[in-house]
Amino acid sequence: MFEYAPAPESRSVVDLKPSYGLFIDGKFVDPADGGSSKSINPASEEVLAEVAEAGTPDVERAVRAARKAYDKVWGPMPGRDRAKYLYRIARLIQERSRELAVLESLDNGKPIRESRDVDLPLVAAHFFYYAGWADKLEHAGFGGNPQPIGVAAQVIPWNFPLLMLAWKIAPALAAGNTVVLKPAETTPLTALLFAEICQQADLPAGVVNILTGAGDTGRALVEHPGVDKVAFTGSTEVGRAIARSIAGTRKKLTLELGGKAANIVFDDAPIDQAVEGIVNGIFFNQGHVCCAGSRLLVQENVADRVLESLKRRMAQLRVGDPLDKNTDVGAINSAAQLERIRELSDAGSAEGAERWSPPCELPDRGFWFAPTIFTGVTQAHRIAREEIFGPVLSVLTFRTPAEAVEKANNTPYGLSAGIWTDKGSRILWMADRLRAGVVWANTFNKFDPTSPFGGYKESGYGREGGRHGLEGYLNV
Amino acid sequence: MTATTTSARSELSELGRSETALRTFLHGLPGVDQVGAEQRAAQLGTRSIKTTAKAQAIDLAIRMVDLTTLEGADTPGKVRALAAKALRPDPADPSCPHVGAVCVYPAMVPYVAEVLRGSAVHLASVATAFPSGQAPLEIKLADTRAAVAAGADEIDMVINRSAFLSGRYKEVYDEIVATKEACGDAHLKVILETGELATYDNVRRASWLAMLAGGDFIKTSTGKVPIAATMPVSLVMLEAVRDFREATGRQVGVKPAGGIKTTKDAIKYLVMVNETVGPDWLDPDWFRFGASSLLNDLLMQRTKLTTGTYSGPDYFTLD
Repeated sequence: MFEYAPAPESRSVVDLKPSYGLFIDGKFVDPADGGSSKSINPASEEVLAEVAEAGTPDVERAVRAARKAYDKVWGPMPGRDRAKYLYRIARLIQERSRELAVLESLDNGKPIRESRDVDLPLVAAHFFYYAGWADKLEHAGFGGNPQPIGVAAQVIPWNFPLLMLAWKIAPALAAGNTVVLKPAETTPLTALLFAEICQQADLPAGVVNILTGAGDTGRALVEHPGVDKVAFTGSTEVGRAIARSIAGTRKKLTLELGGKAANIVFDDAPIDQAVEGIVNGIFFNQGHVCCAGSRLLVQENVADRVLESLKRRMAQLRVGDPLDKNTDVGAINSAAQLERIRELSDAGSAEGAERWSPPCELPDRGFWFAPTIFTGVTQAHRIAREEIFGPVLSVLTFRTPAEAVEKANNTPYGLSAGIWTDKGSRILWMADRLRAGVVWANTFNKFDPTSPFGGYKESGYGREGGRHGLEGYLNV
Repeated sequence: MTATTTSARSELSELGRSETALRTFLHGLPGVDQVGAEQRAAQLGTRSIKTTAKAQAIDLAIRMVDLTTLEGADTPGKVRALAAKALRPDPADPSCPHVGAVCVYPAMVPYVAEVLRGSAVHLASVATAFPSGQAPLEIKLADTRAAVAAGADEIDMVINRSAFLSGRYKEVYDEIVATKEACGDAHLKVILETGELATYDNVRRASWLAMLAGGDFIKTSTGKVPIAATMPVSLVMLEAVRDFREATGRQVGVKPAGGIKTTKDAIKYLVMVNETVGPDWLDPDWFRFGASSLLNDLLMQRTKLTTGTYSGPDYFTLD
């Protein structure tokens, strides 16, 4: 046997402070009421740092700082000068990418291979891309003189902490807005390191403000009357609450919510690559991906063959220490999320689906869930309808292209979908009919800053990325 | 072997009787998505193999080297030196394993055979009008018989790319069958020359064709055309031998050749073997590297691991 020796990435590149304040008006400050919480490493449950919890007075302060920066500095600044700051931030992210990647893996639990090879390159690419737009907004297709909206309140999830920050902050700043951003309570650390990068880049005070905290902080932020724009990525449930709370105000809203994507494999698909796509679709980032291909729809006449290949491939997945460079599947982000994954998986078994996981040893400490597939799933099962947000795949079969479309669309969500077939005309036929914001053909989970991303139906509205991503941050 | 694979095996052995049956079968194999295959190969290349795993991989890679020289300028002196190196790659370290085989032109086989006699190092010879294969079949078979008679126990043949690319699959098949017969007890490695087949779909079809016709090994390249072994091509071939064993119960080896020059490259291939076909193929009987300069890099890295310091290239023999 060829056993890979441990190949841990060094933690020493990250210089963590024992505690962090709030980043308001260009400085780290203590919260008004002194509240704090601890951010832990989900792979070991060790405390990484103590992080402030912002209360209403802190939100007030941050929004005021953002407003002042918008009125006095960032709003009036010519686009080409805003671009310089964004380019500078992008370069600093590249220079410090190793540090950021290690910290992201520590705080989130994702494998270093992914934070290093996927998250960080995309984060830098987003800043580079939107830096390019800052002085060309009149050519973005929104009229000759598009204006920024003002102060943006941005609330982001824990699955791609820094990447979601980039998706929110880069277009907002390029368009001339200032921001108050709240990272997720379980993954605040890279956002705080990003705040240091803003200082390093000499970004004018108040242009970016980072408020750490939990749901109450987020609610206070999006409901603050001084906010002109709200952008949220997270669960459909919270998205609904936000939409309700800002209804009737002047605030503009974009939402990127849950998903239950179908990954559709036809009998003429390139099987080996389709299996890679299935694995990437559901086990990438432990399945903590809103656009994860969590429902496999496989044509019945190749189902056995595809499943056999899939199981063989899953047996090669290396689950464990996120900082080991050979780890494929890391830790579940939190105890609460692990509980939800367990609850839904148990429901899958109870409802009669057949559960399978490859033999794999899970560490004793931390939050872990083995890659799992359920076969014999029907549309009526909870695991075929509810977003699990974990490494759990529900396998369904279909007989004809029309049935595949019908099943794929039979969900309240509509964020993404995958099609695997050698037939180009079928790809186009399917893509026309799938109600999903992103449709991948013979690939999955491909992201690029130039490409818009967003959902249909209960997966949200508005687009992030590309020229389209500017629209949510401009008065058009 | 199970009853199903036995019956599948006999069904598959019928395919070679008819051009139509062969074509239908080969064109019915699942396609290969180029982007996906290249992405997977690149991903496997990011594995980090360190310390004990690296030491283990280096020794295995040395044992898998087909130490090769295929030049018009090859002389008895040159190939004898190469054979001596094959037996004792690192004269300073008796714990260093010998390589898998020495690979030379048929005319050089007798000189190598003298040196290797009694050792466990195999003697491979290219034959069948290597590298182009553009000669009448009788000449190719005579070439093969001569190499075997001179002492080669492994024959590296080239497939008839001209016939393959014009769709005459049965002709390719029949030539491999005939060469296999001419080999007698010698093992047959079938060179697909993937650089000339151009598409991964062709690589998969040629792999199956070679296995169906009885090849013991499938090999990527002659090393004589600009594009030799690549990771994605080897991945497609590994998938083919995996699927072939599943269908028939017979295991076929894989030999990437040409362009693999560094320890780092060799380790990437071993990772790919490990994660695509598994430990059954992690053995010189089932996986080989066709290479020449690779060996010295492996030795250099091996010395680095055991002594902690890099020695200069002058500490390793040039042959």
